[in-house]
Amino acid sequence: MASDLFLIPFLTGLCLAVLLPLLGAYLRLRDEWLAALAYSHVAAAGALLALVGGFVPAIGGVAAAGLAGASKRLFAGRLSGGASYALLLLGGWAVAVLLAANQPMAERLGHALFDGQLYFAGPAQLSVVVPGGLLALVVLRRLAKNLLLAHVYPDFFRIRGLRAWPTQSGFDLLAALCLALATMNLGVMGAFALVFIPPWLAFRRARNWRAGLWLALLIGVFGYVLAFGIALGLDQPFGPVLALLLIVIGLVIA
Amino acid sequence: MTSLLQVEALVAGWQQPATPPVNLSLAAGEIIGLTGPNGVGKSTVLAALAGRAQVFAGRIVRQPGLRLALQTQDVPPVDGLPLSGRELLQLTGASPQGLPPWLIDRLDQRLDRLSGGQRHYLALWAILHAPADLVLLDEPTNNLDAAGVQHLTAHLHDRARAGAGIVVVSHDAAFVEAACDRVLRLEAGNGE
Repeated sequence: MASDLFLIPFLTGLCLAVLLPLLGAYLRLRDEWLAALAYSHVAAAGALLALVGGFVPAIGGVAAAGLAGASKRLFAGRLSGGASYALLLLGGWAVAVLLAANQPMAERLGHALFDGQLYFAGPAQLSVVVPGGLLALVVLRRLAKNLLLAHVYPDFFRIRGLRAWPTQSGFDLLAALCLALATMNLGVMGAFALVFIPPWLAFRRARNWRAGLWLALLIGVFGYVLAFGIALGLDQPFGPVLALLLIVIGLVIA
Repeated sequence: MTSLLQVEALVAGWQQPATPPVNLSLAAGEIIGLTGPNGVGKSTVLAALAGRAQVFAGRIVRQPGLRLALQTQDVPPVDGLPLSGRELLQLTGASPQGLPPWLIDRLDQRLDRLSGGQRHYLALWAILHAPADLVLLDEPTNNLDAAGVQHLTAHLHDRARAGAGIVVVSHDAAFVEAACDRVLRLEAGNGE
């Protein structure tokens, strides 16, 4: 564990295990938890497209998810009720599977993205995840009060002259970029497990919003550390171990 | 007294005109009640004053820089949300000072674990005591028991004495009588 070989992947995942449960709490607040799966699949498709096109996969993944997050509001009128996320999920999955089926290189990366390939994270990934995660936490903190106010008192929010689009579009973009970053390192389902399960439990158990954020964070970090140790010790892929462990924790706490 | 709001021959609605012409003026420290039969457009007038509903005729003149607070009949969506009463008040900048004893003790509980009446009063308080010059309340006595209505009446007067102008839509005649300085009754086809 002390070896650089595993320390760097561990620290990379730890940053994401702090960020994703907090992001997931605000996605759940907006009833948009499906967004986590949607952006992860779009990021995976973007990464494979970039690979096939001769570009850096991580950049393709982040760019595709960022584009999806930024342009979601343009179609909000026609795609209400979570339809946009369902379409993005299906589209991302379809493109990723077709590329993997027709390109040997894409097949290998596709397996890695869908299995969860944290142990391959290196200094380059860590150097993006640490500042990116910190920046995301700062932005999330700035958006937090307006996200809550817009949810509880949408009319009050509007008549106070608070502009909705910087909060909504800013959060959409933030969620997309964070999930792309997470997908590139934890895999599609590993990222989804950290976004969905800790906030779900926190919403059920916490006595207030602040305590809920702390509870989600603690569950996420605890589950991550335990899953990392188990997967490493048993030589298993990280993503499924993390998902199973969080499911067990979820069933016990819920 | 400073005039906060001047409404002249206002006809408001959503897709089409839905109210009779309305005239009213409101000064700082004044409470006006808006009453009338169901469907006459009381809530639509309030929504127009808040800039939500469409103005089809007439005009609304607001004091420049006027800060508004609006309570609608929609219940804040807090089911399943770990949000306490204290956090709700912090969101709108309302102070808990002056809350009735039966709510003070429950301020740190989750809103979705309070009774409907307790939750409604906290949601109302968060708007009533938000920093605002003009407070618009739509059926504030819904879900309140007699003690709640009495407390609300007293605090509307306190809020007005502190300088806010208040417009209240209500079907509760006794409450309107006790709480409001003036009452404007809307009738179909007749604004006053």
